[in-house]
Amino acid sequence: MVTDVHALNGKLPIADDRYDTVIVGAGAAGITAALAAAQAGDSVLMVDENPVPGGLIGSDVPLFFGGRMTAAVQNAGRMIEQVFASNPALQTAFDAGIDVRLGTAAWGLYRNGPALQTMPEAQLGLADAERAWMVGFDRLVLATGARDLVLGFAGWDAPGVMGAQALHALLVRYDALTSRRVLILGSGALACETALLAKARGLEVAGLVEVLGAVQAPAALARRVAAAGIPVYVGHSVAATRAGIDGIEAAILRSAAGADVAIACDTICLALGTIPATELLEAACIIPGDGITLAGDAAGPAPDMAYVTAWAQALGRLAPADTIVCQCEAVTRADLLDVQPPHYLARPSAMAARSLATLIADGPAHPDQIKRLTRAGMGACQGRRCRTQIACLLAESSGVPVSQVPMASFRSPVRPVPLHLLADGQESAAMADGWDVWFGIPTQWTPYADIGTPREAEIVANGGNMHV
Amino acid sequence: MADFPKGAAVIVIGAGVTGLSAAWWLARSGVDVIVLDKGIIGWEASGRNGGGASHYQSPLFAEEQRLWPQMDDLLGYPTEYVRERIIIQRDQALLDHYLAVGRMCTAIGYRVDPLDAKQAQELVPLTDETCLGGIHLRFGGHANPQRTVQAYAWALQDLGGRIFQHTRALAIETAGGRAVAVLTPRGRIACEALVVAAGPQSGMLLAPLGINFPVTSARAEMIVTEPAPLMAIGGVDGNGLYGRQTLRGNLAFGGGPHEWIAMTPDGPAARPTSPLIRNLARRVAEMFPRAAHLNVIRSWAGVIENTPDGRPIFDRRENITMATMSGVGFGLSPASGHAIRDLVLDGACSFTDLSKLGLGRFADLPDDWREQRGWAA
Repeated sequence: MVTDVHALNGKLPIADDRYDTVIVGAGAAGITAALAAAQAGDSVLMVDENPVPGGLIGSDVPLFFGGRMTAAVQNAGRMIEQVFASNPALQTAFDAGIDVRLGTAAWGLYRNGPALQTMPEAQLGLADAERAWMVGFDRLVLATGARDLVLGFAGWDAPGVMGAQALHALLVRYDALTSRRVLILGSGALACETALLAKARGLEVAGLVEVLGAVQAPAALARRVAAAGIPVYVGHSVAATRAGIDGIEAAILRSAAGADVAIACDTICLALGTIPATELLEAACIIPGDGITLAGDAAGPAPDMAYVTAWAQALGRLAPADTIVCQCEAVTRADLLDVQPPHYLARPSAMAARSLATLIADGPAHPDQIKRLTRAGMGACQGRRCRTQIACLLAESSGVPVSQVPMASFRSPVRPVPLHLLADGQESAAMADGWDVWFGIPTQWTPYADIGTPREAEIVANGGNMHV
Repeated sequence: MADFPKGAAVIVIGAGVTGLSAAWWLARSGVDVIVLDKGIIGWEASGRNGGGASHYQSPLFAEEQRLWPQMDDLLGYPTEYVRERIIIQRDQALLDHYLAVGRMCTAIGYRVDPLDAKQAQELVPLTDETCLGGIHLRFGGHANPQRTVQAYAWALQDLGGRIFQHTRALAIETAGGRAVAVLTPRGRIACEALVVAAGPQSGMLLAPLGINFPVTSARAEMIVTEPAPLMAIGGVDGNGLYGRQTLRGNLAFGGGPHEWIAMTPDGPAARPTSPLIRNLARRVAEMFPRAAHLNVIRSWAGVIENTPDGRPIFDRRENITMATMSGVGFGLSPASGHAIRDLVLDGACSFTDLSKLGLGRFADLPDDWREQRGWAA
């Protein structure tokens, strides 16, 4: 059989390491799965991205940290100690012979499927502060938890606006939260638990905010919040914020009747729901099965999108046109609604006739279209802060429920990884020898005038790497 | 959504960059044109390529070079077109090879200046002393593929052209060898002339007409980093890579092995990418050592069709014009659309000879041409 020396077949290397079972995420679900696998006699690797490097925390990866971390997050040694101290079960996992790697992120999942047939085996891409490598596995448990569900409002790009998962991580896991007085958006279980946790840890809780007319949490939980003296502003939305040099100083809430109330706070915590962190699967176009399972919060439930939609619409109604939606690329609500190019490009007059509405009229629009036109979602946070907002905006503009709108796609690496770390330092000879800038089709680059002349053979013989 | 039409003077199948440019050119000539696509405009190779516009080998290149500097004005929407390119190398053999390519381009009439190590390092601040030199193309350039595809679509609409996305062409209805209509799940659309620019799908659409349109598809992958400080000339590649620094500052590069992908009625699937992104990362880090600390924040893949000799196909049978750019279509799109317009309306290209790019060259192509090349999925 003829082989194409420039094709990928046979060039991707086997994994650097191999385990019977690999677990991503060393939370309760991950450790439970790891211990069970170890007891069954498996060789087990359990990785956890915590402690997340300070630089990534500053970029709101993987959670919406909102700039409310102390400088302690830059101290890698302290962070490791903190992760251990806050998670005693890690010691149990070590004692059970599990290979536990902290500060190790999973950035890519690869398994052969309809559009990928060149993997020598299923592999997971990992990276720590020193290197990136691939591991093979028979069974993979993704106990990757849930990430913050983020919606924007006027001033949400100031330091001090953060997600409930990030608040929990900074408070409990890292003991590195700078917040003193927190206003919490939402009144469901997550919001109430976040409020009670914050209070128990000595923070002031300025209140809960609920756009709907009633508290959403189960009655018993709501009673505990009330008993703690935490006010709940039902029927209120965020109309504006005040911020100073250190970020958020107050939120201006507006009631359904239009009355404003200013709440002093240094932190506004979004606790409207969480999203299972399944980026690895989404980027790989893989559904669970064939040895890959989800565990813990990564397995669901999905957020209540009707509730999220109510919030998105309430916040959207009060958000000025210049409200940022995508923080990484500084894309505003107006930019999105007008599908405007980024500010470094001219905005020609013809653009005035174009909008999200016309894009939708041209056919069901995909968030990836909006991404490529406006750059919303193309930044270093990989769309985690804006993709729900964009989907809600698209759904509202399309007049359909957000469940019918596709989400912007995730792509590997699902965690930012520096070029020099991601780089494969031990490339195979087959990869190096078969490398061409383009397809390596020798006849492709013959200057047209030379086709069919004696010079053609000479140019074709010169062959590869002719792409300019 | 607009009412589904009964007919149009010309139907273009495929809202990739070639089909959209062709439709735009036809609309500029006052032709009533409809573009059909099974999905979203520019969703395959057209929206997901390196954005290069420097393809010296093509008979369309002179026209492309004439048009690109005008495209923002002609279309009315931004394409991010920027002139010139630099290719740098850190391997002496590759450098010598590209210096030879540069001399060949200069001989054809497109000026290429050789760069010694010092010149290259000055022009490309993200590289370092490992850069041995390069070539500076005083022609060509690069643009943003995704923005450009949308610009063609909007410009076409501004001229009255209609685009129907999510509307697959199921079959071409013929009468006496002429295309008379295209069948879609939403209905039949009559036409006086047809353009097939459906990329990987073109072969399937044309086979029932007895036309052998030999293409096969592969996935090619790219990576992109967070933004780096802008270089004066962002169209820099080399070290086995193609790509550019975007005007935002991101480094977007691809290259290296492809994977041949099986055809399905939905078209070949582009996603996901493979661990090849590690090899791309290595080459970008080698090419730009001063940017090696930057995070890779995304990768993506495009499905690209190729002909057996990697050269484009431009041909017309009766009232059916067929075109593929064989994986090198984005940069040449201003001119390929013009050529297709000429073929549809005038029967021949007005500005260059395309006679060597007809289907006739494949008359003796064996059925197993993919297997013979190792291109079978």
